[in-house]
Amino acid sequence: MLSYIGKRLLQLIPVLLGMTFIVFMIIRAIPGNPAQVILGQQATEEAVAALTAKLGLDKPWYTQYFDYLTGILTGDLGESMRTRAPVAEEVWPYLAATFELALFAMIIAVVIGINAGIVSAWFQNSWFDYAAMILALVGVSMPIFWLGLMGQWAFALELSWLPTSGREPVRDPVTAITHLYVVDTIIAGRFDQLWQVLRHLVLPGLALATIPMAIIARMTRSSMLEVMRSDYVRTARAKGQKMFFVVYKHALKNAIIPVLTIIGLQMGMLLGGAILTETIFAWPGIGRYIYEAIGYRDYPVIQSGILIVAFFFVMINLIVDLLYSFIDPRIKYD
Amino acid sequence: MRKGKLGLFAVMMLLVLSTVLAACSGGNDGGGEKDTGKDNGSSSGDASSDHGGTLVFGRGGDSTSLDPSRTTEGETFKVTINLYETLLTFEDEGTAVEPGLAKTWEASEDGLTYTFELQEGVKFHDGTDFNAEAVVKNFERWANGDAEQFPYYNTMFGDGDGSIIESVTAEGDSTVVFTLTRPQAPFLKNLAMDMFAIASPTAIEEYGDDDFERKPVGTGPFKFVEWKPNDSITVERFEDYWQADLPKLDKIIFRSIPDNATRLNALKTGEIDLADGINPSDGASVESDPELQLFERPSMNVGYLGLTVTREPFDNKLVRQAMNHAIDKQSIIDAFFEGRADIAVNPIPSSISGYNDEIEGYEYDPEKAKALLEEAGYADGFEMELWAMPVPRPYMPDGQKVAEVMQKNLADIGVTAKIVSHEWATYLDLAEKGEADAFMLGWTGDNGDPDNFIYALLDEDNIGSNNYTYFKNDEMHELLIAAQSEIDEEKRIELYKKAQEIIHDEAPWVPLAHSTPLLAGTKDLTGFLPHPTGSDLLSGVSFE
Repeated sequence: MLSYIGKRLLQLIPVLLGMTFIVFMIIRAIPGNPAQVILGQQATEEAVAALTAKLGLDKPWYTQYFDYLTGILTGDLGESMRTRAPVAEEVWPYLAATFELALFAMIIAVVIGINAGIVSAWFQNSWFDYAAMILALVGVSMPIFWLGLMGQWAFALELSWLPTSGREPVRDPVTAITHLYVVDTIIAGRFDQLWQVLRHLVLPGLALATIPMAIIARMTRSSMLEVMRSDYVRTARAKGQKMFFVVYKHALKNAIIPVLTIIGLQMGMLLGGAILTETIFAWPGIGRYIYEAIGYRDYPVIQSGILIVAFFFVMINLIVDLLYSFIDPRIKYD
Repeated sequence: MRKGKLGLFAVMMLLVLSTVLAACSGGNDGGGEKDTGKDNGSSSGDASSDHGGTLVFGRGGDSTSLDPSRTTEGETFKVTINLYETLLTFEDEGTAVEPGLAKTWEASEDGLTYTFELQEGVKFHDGTDFNAEAVVKNFERWANGDAEQFPYYNTMFGDGDGSIIESVTAEGDSTVVFTLTRPQAPFLKNLAMDMFAIASPTAIEEYGDDDFERKPVGTGPFKFVEWKPNDSITVERFEDYWQADLPKLDKIIFRSIPDNATRLNALKTGEIDLADGINPSDGASVESDPELQLFERPSMNVGYLGLTVTREPFDNKLVRQAMNHAIDKQSIIDAFFEGRADIAVNPIPSSISGYNDEIEGYEYDPEKAKALLEEAGYADGFEMELWAMPVPRPYMPDGQKVAEVMQKNLADIGVTAKIVSHEWATYLDLAEKGEADAFMLGWTGDNGDPDNFIYALLDEDNIGSNNYTYFKNDEMHELLIAAQSEIDEEKRIELYKKAQEIIHDEAPWVPLAHSTPLLAGTKDLTGFLPHPTGSDLLSGVSFE
């Protein structure tokens, strides 16, 4: 097991290295001089030239790439060209904000998605099955932008149940310790604030959960349908076990493996791909951080931001792979 | 049996969902009111006074720095104007200069020496005394920095050999003398710009240039509390502020809400009290809402279609004039600015001194445009690329749709325009290199001076930077250079009027609109005066 983890971690190196190279080349291939973009229209040519030199952008690309790699190896993720703050220092609050939102969304997606999938498979071709699968189809094809604004309109403007945007009650701000506000409010013992923070999570969480929820529901259903037809399920039923027990204990355990893979992939996607949700709901997350950096051609932030997201993506999938062997003891990593 | 169970399950799911939703609504009828800030009066303590309360100001983006001298980006100045002060300030809603940290000033006959008498008894937020020495240290810091370190100082005052300020010296505690190398007509206006705010020299020394960007210390009505990047910046009342009875608010929170629709929603639910960047199309709905009020920011911008004069057929003046006749500006303004803009005739808006009101704009006349094209030898029209702005700006709310109208207008005179769009940074980069036939762009002024529009955008010195059209005219260049150091205001205005005539005749642009950007606030907000520069001083704002 340990040697397997070691091997997987070693595989990580060429993956991340290749990725830094691709990102590095792509952002330099698109037009736009960061110095010009950062200094704005008003700046003189002299100022632009001075900043270009200071940022090292006048050096050949391979020197720049090499400098960047040596930086990463010594734990230096570079400095944002725009805010002049070290990326390593700057990135955590953004990452924490996205992580909190993605986890919340994933919990919703998993709980509702898996259950809807199971019930659909259990009562295949019932009205629930049809309704759930039509909803799932709508869900995967839902434009988040529209869904988010409709959510705001319905639950914030019309019903006044939930706040429209942001991640905290802005007039009573959370004291950031870990930057995971759910954790921070618990540490501070401010349960009234915890309640507010959770309310802020609901709308963006639901918007972000829609697509993974639909995908998980469809995956669970098809995986369950296959398992339900197998002999051991029939045997269990023939022994007179309660249907609920058969479905949730025996069948689900074997059906869950492909679902788990999807969950891992989706969780990774949510970390980097929540840009739209983060924009509509003014969520200060890493997607928006990287997206805005692209607009400013803030190379170090783009490079290191994507590197960090990719790292988590790979790690989450490694964890999922390891989970297989806990769920199904027949899977061994040796 | 099967059906029954399914029914039960469905009922249970519904129950769970409704409980969750009902729980969410709990905040509405009880304790968790904090987020629906309609109750500002109560947080201010004394309801009869107009003092106190927290203002939440929603805007599109975050600041990049809280040291205004180190950036050129507008979102920064929206915050720093409340933290710092400049020697001179702009009047409310205009750009005439008024006393700031300097109470009086005097210029020598030759325009080379300026003497400022400073306010006394002013303190920085860290307790340091504000005095002549502090002013000198700030100007020395900017003058000695690299061009890129203090980009605005470099733009307005130059450095090294081209420097305009020769020396800044303190005479005693409260007198500062500026000596210039050559007269600079807009010198006083430049000093009133947000970026030349006086910062605490002890704080800069203590934190260093880079940390100071996140720990600002000025003399302004508010002092810095907290910055949550991409989320919010909080400032609170500075108790030792030198101007009596100000500021009125206890606290201001600047919140970044990138999406315009979300920002308006947040205003309607009371999560914010004031929202910048209201779409022109939402103006009417704000006006009809009894809880809200609409603010119009006085216009100091221009949106235009630039014609790159180095590219065929726009190297021909007649073709450029034909373009001016072909485009129906009024329809564009009615449809996409909801009428909240003036038709542009000159590159500068009429509020700026030196505006030439004798020039009549090119009227919309497709027949005349066709005749001009024929005269120029393009009777059968031509094909061109029309670059549409990919981002909304106050001077151009919807570039893509405006481009479609222009495309239709051009088709009417036999010109086939292909609409092209790039991502914003790419767009600017390629247009700056002169690779667009015709491109949409705009400008928001910094200090209300005509030089800041005409010289910055159309002079040959700025080809390769802000003169994207590559327009070059020797006669106009001489006028503009003379105007820069002309201290006699009337003569100076004459120079700019002549320059505008040349621009009108040569027509490197199709000037489109001077828009009035919109803001919206809650009804109980008073004393908010949107400033044409886009940075609003909020010390006089309060809740009724």
